Formats: sequence, structure tokens, C-alpha cells
Amino acid sequence: MEQLLEILEDIDPTVDYRTETDLVGDGILNSLSIMTLVVEIRDAFDVDITPQDILPENFRSAQAIYALIQRRQSEE
Amino acid sequence: MKNVLEMLERSARTYGDKIAFTDERGGVAYSDFLTRCHRVGSRLIRLNARRCPVAVLMEKSVDALAAFFGVVYSGNFYVVIDSQMPDDRIRAIFGTLSPLAVVADRDNLEKAGRVFPDGPVVPYDEAAVYPLDGTGLTEIRRDSIDTDPLYALFTSGSTGTPKGAVLCHRNVLAYIEWVIETFGFDEQTRFGNQTPFYFSMSVLDIYATLWSGGTLHILPKSLFTFPVPLLEYLNSHEVNTLYWVPSALSIVANWKALDVLPVPTLKTVLFAGEVMPVRQLNYWRDKLPDARFANLYGPTEVTDICACYVVDRPFSDDESLPIGYPCNNCGILLLRPDGTPAPPGEEGEICVRGSFLAMGYYGEPAKTAEAFVQNPLNPRYPERIYRTGDLAKVNERGELVYLSRKDFQIKHRGYRIELGEIEAAAASLEGMETSVCVYDDEKSRIVLIYQGRSLDDKTVRESLKRKLPAYMCPDRLIRVEQMPHNRNGKIDRAYLKNNYTALNKKQEDVV
Repeated sequence: MEQLLEILEDIDPTVDYRTETDLVGDGILNSLSIMTLVVEIRDAFDVDITPQDILPENFRSAQAIYALIQRRQSEE
Repeated sequence: MKNVLEMLERSARTYGDKIAFTDERGGVAYSDFLTRCHRVGSRLIRLNARRCPVAVLMEKSVDALAAFFGVVYSGNFYVVIDSQMPDDRIRAIFGTLSPLAVVADRDNLEKAGRVFPDGPVVPYDEAAVYPLDGTGLTEIRRDSIDTDPLYALFTSGSTGTPKGAVLCHRNVLAYIEWVIETFGFDEQTRFGNQTPFYFSMSVLDIYATLWSGGTLHILPKSLFTFPVPLLEYLNSHEVNTLYWVPSALSIVANWKALDVLPVPTLKTVLFAGEVMPVRQLNYWRDKLPDARFANLYGPTEVTDICACYVVDRPFSDDESLPIGYPCNNCGILLLRPDGTPAPPGEEGEICVRGSFLAMGYYGEPAKTAEAFVQNPLNPRYPERIYRTGDLAKVNERGELVYLSRKDFQIKHRGYRIELGEIEAAAASLEGMETSVCVYDDEKSRIVLIYQGRSLDDKTVRESLKRKLPAYMCPDRLIRVEQMPHNRNGKIDRAYLKNNYTALNKKQEDVV
């Protein structure tokens, strides 16, 4: 989780990712930053994130993103 | 036809029950939409003015469209204001514009009060249920002529102060006639609209829909973050026509989202606003082999478009797409700096003449006179041309090829260089997502800013050396995680040119 928070803070350091629960609706993640984020996650966690995973419910909050990573890790 | 409202009325007569526009909240049929516009118009007639600007400060929605045409019914012209725009910038625009009124939806009433404190602010919700004034509407129509202003769009000038291009009914009627004859849109046409209404490209989506009796689906902006739900949305609305900026098409291509979810209904994919990278276009063509693709070119000052290339042959990733031929009923001259025509193969500034040309800039006679000038090839009678500031040449096939902005052309170590050519070479590299080339005049340095997850400076440098003469190879490479975009969704070149060293610093920090 700490590693993910670091990646997120790189994208926008002004956000409190521990409490923010609407990363998409609040405009923090957009079409460009989500691509960056996914590349970073693929590299850092060595998991495969596919276009099918790029859904609002998976990127609503840091917790949701982390849950997605864990699901992908357990599959491998 | 003298007035664009005739398109709306004709479609409402023929396709009354058919859905004209939809947004996230639902759709509206032509006849209901028409009534709504009549009501808004009836409310605005009370302002007792004609041919005056009425600003519309609303979220992108079906209601916003009803507000636009309501303004037109009142005999005035609409000015689309981006609701995300900072207050100060809106105040600057209003300084030039002195709007007659501001129409605002519920979400923007407070903002409207802030930026337009002396009013009147007309709440859209009230105007949309206002009692009809049939006599008033008829009288205004009788008085209208086709050179009356229809809307003004504010574009960011390179100097920083926004300029409001004023377009009249004749401009849009002439332009849409070309659109319809070229692409054959009809009542089966279903647009998936991406571009904001304050951007000239949306004029095609909106008015081609009205003309043909088709349907326009406003795509929620948030969908462009989620490629698969975006394509699902297109499928569920059976969208068959797109007119997007290349950056938006590239999102789908970079995720390879059509591999996951095909959109078989798509028949026509048009793009404009910036250079379409051929690699991403090839992805789309590969996935939609039967669809028609066209590259459109033009600035707001010529309504939307003055040249078009319907893609009719394969292109390799390192080729660039031509902008094709002048639109029917639109004249293009390529002029050299001395005002003489550029011969084939030689570059010249794209200058446009004809009915697509805007009236000029609102309240800016000096800026108007600078850009809209007498045709230097015709000293015999008054004839205006618009100087785009874009450079192009005619290739050996007779097609127009866009080269760059006039201010993109640089002189570097004695060589004349088109930065666009360097960008085209960079775009063709395997793994390149986007790239922008700027010139640092002070340090005489070519800087390439690029985004590509699998690339590094060494690979890019070596590959470019194989594609470009040494004097054109960038002096500085900067890899970014994410290219900055402006509010139209295009890459923010002005920001990059002035801030690339800061980006560079940030990258070094990361390393």
C-alpha cells in the first residue's frame, strides 16, 4: 500500500489519498494520468493490468486500486 | 435558407418524435427540443435587443444546446463559455464582450453572479418553461438576415488575451452544406460527440445533426478516462460517426481498447484540431477496415474546416497525412511572405477566402484587420482572405500537406527547419505515444519532449539519427510521464515551450 501511495503522490502530491474516495469524479485521475498510473503499477508490482480493468470502480480510491493489484497478484 | 433555425424546424417537421440529442440524463425528441428553444427565445425577447451577445454558462448538455438556439430565436447570438474557465478569464472575455445577459444552469448560477455581478443572469430552468411569444418570434425571424451573427467563440490568442471570432448564419449554412455533400450524413447518422461546445469542431456535430435529422450523443467527459466503458457507451447508443481530436482517438489506440471491445457500427471517423499520429490512425484503420477516415483542417475563423483529406491509401507509421484538398465552395491560397503564390512543392501560408470566413473578432478592429486582409492577388475589387498563420505545400499528388505553424518554422545553424517534420519522425518510432518539438530561441536548441513508456533517451536519439539529417536531430530530449494538455484536450505547446527546463528538472529529480 505504501508503494502505491508513493506512486499516486507522484501524480498529484496535493491529494490525501488515504481519505480521498472519488479520485475520478474529483478530476484527480483523467485519461492521461490513469495511463501513467497503470504503467507505474505494472512496473512496480509486476502485475498485468488490462484495458478491461480500467473501470471507475477500480480507480475510485487508493484502496480500490490496491484491491485490484492484490486480485491480479493472487492470480499469478 | 437564411437562418440556421430553419434546419431545426425542418427536422422537427419531418422527424418530430425522433431523438435529436442525448446526454447522461437522457434524450430529447426534435419537436420537444424545438418547443424548449422557443420558450428560451421567448424569455430572452424580453431583453429587447437584437444582434447582441448572450453568454451561455452551462455544463455541456442537451439544455446547453437549447439555450444556444433560444438565444438565436431571440434575435441575438450565443457565446459559449467554458464552465471550468477561471473567473478572471471569464471577466476578461466579458470586458471585451459586454454581454446582454448570461444564461446559466443551476450548477453555474453562483459563478454567473460572480463574473457578471450587474446582471441580468437568466436561469436556464426558468427560461425553459417561459410562456411562448409566437408573435415576437415571428417578427424577429422576419427581421433576420443571413449575415447576422450566430455565435462567437473565444480562442486563446498566442499573446494570451482571448479573441472572440464572430460567425454568422451564412458561414454555418455554407459550411454544413459542404459537410453534408461530402460525408452524406442522413437521419441514420448518430454522432458520438467528444469536443466541447466552446470548440469550433463541435459546430460540425451539432449542425450536421440538425440538417440531417440524425442524433447527437454527448459523450460524458469522464468516459475518456475509461476506454472500455467509452466503447460500451458507443455500442449501446449505436454510434456510427465520430469527429474527435486525435488525442482522444489515441487514447483508444494506446490502450488497444478495440481489441477488447469492437465497435462494429462505426462507419465514419473524422479528426481535426491537431496532427493525427499515423501509428494510432493505423490501429483504428486495422480494427475498422470498412470505415471511412478523414483528416480535416481549419481554424475557428473559417467556421471549422477549409481542407479535407479522405484517407484513401495506406500510410506507413513514419509518413504524415496530407490535409488534402480545399473544401468545395472554399478557396485556399498558399502565399509566400511577399504575397505571391507559392508554386507546387514550395511552402506558403494557408490563406482562405469564401463564405466560411468569420466576420472578424468581436470588439477588436485592429486584430481583425491584421488577420482578415484584402486578397493580395486581387487588387481590383474588395475581397477578404483570412491568414491562418499555418504553412503548407502542395505535394506531387496535388494534395495540400500541412507543415507547421508559421512560428514553428525555425532557422537553426543556418538551416530552415520544420519542427513538424521532427515530430513526424519521432511519432513513427516504435513505442512512441506522443511527442512535441519546440525551439528554444534563446539557447538555439531543438527540444523534443516525448511520452513513451518503453523508450529512453538513448533509443530515441539513435533512432532519430537514422531518420533525420544531423542538423535536425534534437539537441535535448525530455521524457515525460504525461504530456500536458490544454482545455480543448490538445497538447499544450505554449506551456511546453516555456517550461521545458522545469520538466527536465523534474525528470532529473525522479532519476
